[in-house]
Amino acid sequence: MLVVEKNALSEEIESYVEKYGNDRSALLMILHEIQKKHRHISEFAQQEVARLLNIHPVEVYSVISFFAFLNTNPKGRNLVRICQTISCDMKGKKQVVEAIERELGIKIGETTKDNKFTVEYANCLGLCDMGPAMAINDQVFVNLTPEKAVELLAKVK
Amino acid sequence: MENHLTVKLGEKKDRKGPVIFSEYKRGDAIRKALSMSREDILFELKDSKLKGRGGAGFLTSTKWMLTAAAKAEKKFIICNADEGEPGTFKDRVLLMEYPELVFDGMVVGGYTIGAQLGIVYLRGEYEYLLKPLEDYLEEMRKGNLLGKNILGKEGFDFEIKIVLGSGAYVCGEETALIESLEGHRGEPRNRPPYPINTGFLGRPTSVNNVETLAAVSHIVVKGGKWFAKYGTDKSSGSKLFSVSGDCERPGVYELPWGTKVSELLELVGAKNAKAVQIGGASGHCIPKPQFEKTLAYEDIPTGGSVMIFNDNRDMLKVLKNFMEFFVDESCGQCTPCRIGNVKLLEGVEMIEKGNYTFAHINKLKDLGRTMQLASKCGLGQSSPNPFISILENFKDEIFNRGNGGRNGR
Repeated sequence: MLVVEKNALSEEIESYVEKYGNDRSALLMILHEIQKKHRHISEFAQQEVARLLNIHPVEVYSVISFFAFLNTNPKGRNLVRICQTISCDMKGKKQVVEAIERELGIKIGETTKDNKFTVEYANCLGLCDMGPAMAINDQVFVNLTPEKAVELLAKVK
Repeated sequence: MENHLTVKLGEKKDRKGPVIFSEYKRGDAIRKALSMSREDILFELKDSKLKGRGGAGFLTSTKWMLTAAAKAEKKFIICNADEGEPGTFKDRVLLMEYPELVFDGMVVGGYTIGAQLGIVYLRGEYEYLLKPLEDYLEEMRKGNLLGKNILGKEGFDFEIKIVLGSGAYVCGEETALIESLEGHRGEPRNRPPYPINTGFLGRPTSVNNVETLAAVSHIVVKGGKWFAKYGTDKSSGSKLFSVSGDCERPGVYELPWGTKVSELLELVGAKNAKAVQIGGASGHCIPKPQFEKTLAYEDIPTGGSVMIFNDNRDMLKVLKNFMEFFVDESCGQCTPCRIGNVKLLEGVEMIEKGNYTFAHINKLKDLGRTMQLASKCGLGQSSPNPFISILENFKDEIFNRGNGGRNGR
């Protein structure tokens, strides 16, 4: 990481601390912001958060490792999560997943070579009446068919 | 068909129901509550006999009375919007279409228990609701429904903030939720002490389900007796049911407690249903002969998840899906849950392969009962429910499947 990059990241994290406070109870929202922007929380970012909240970096790491939506290794530019719960499963989740895997040439849990997509399973997305459902980043898509799902991915930049 | 779920906050679909979906205008409950004494609000709640809608069914009036009675400089009210139970989506509908009910209920709660801050713990999966909800809160501030001296009530200051969860089912458990709000891993605490005296940051805290708060808004305006008119003696009022699976009209339905499972199935157009999973993955699987049972705290208690399976569904596959979910979501803190769920899943896989003995399966059922007793929180205490109830109620289908076969299908 370049020094300028480090400085920029530090400044960014400082702005989150300013927004959410320097108390430990601000941790979850700060991590969420970093995750959203950088798609992972790097070791350096963890150290900066720890420094600004006055806790040990390992405390930050332990929280990140607990939550499914926080990660320390970079993922693709766009995160695709497909609901694997039984209601979506019964409406044809499997066919949707297979179509996406074929189209992108990867398996669930992997990232495309161009780093554009990471595809994962998610537990219940709370869209059971409109399954099969998937999330692309923070937007959700429902009533999918294999064809529709692939079409939606094609629109993503 | 439109695939992208767009959010127009407060825009209501044509929904009908006796209580939650009845007429209500933003601010009504706050206005009414501020003209009443705290005690009177508690009495109304007591008359309503409202119980927590997350599933546990603790009396809301008692929870608020205890939090109100706790002596502390700071108190909190938390809205548990971390609905992660498979098959549940009523809170999404409430937050999207009826935010006024939820937020007004929180302000009323803040006034009643003496809290200065309300926190909405919104599940990470609902991130698309964050911005619209924050905009909505901003509107409330402009209307003086939040902030200092709310609606001119001298000395009543109350704020609401939203914190986003990050994909952990266990954080729906109130102490795990509080742990994660405090910036720790979302691992449940030992109870007691209960949040009502040692909650967020060690202060008295009332944690209420989204639907409970929505019900409070109606009760304050229309009275506890009005609310108790609906439902049964032990389960007053109505309940939102999230219906999914094999039926013609899935969605959220408001029905009075005491409705029969068969009536619900009729309403949603579920033909050929052979099983209904009530209460989500952690709930119970009800077979056809029990469809005349009623949905109520005294018969089938539930947080509202209803998943319907028709004649063609393989119940072992359903069970496997649930057990995979629990293995995934166990926080790993206590041994019965961390290891027990893995063992139960292995048992399901053995049956799937036709490589099992009944002696072993019976041992696993025993293990399930041990988990119900020995696990630290509701997750491990309820995760053996589907294992025990599905294997018991569908043993003919499951154990006659033969080696890897699917019952001849």
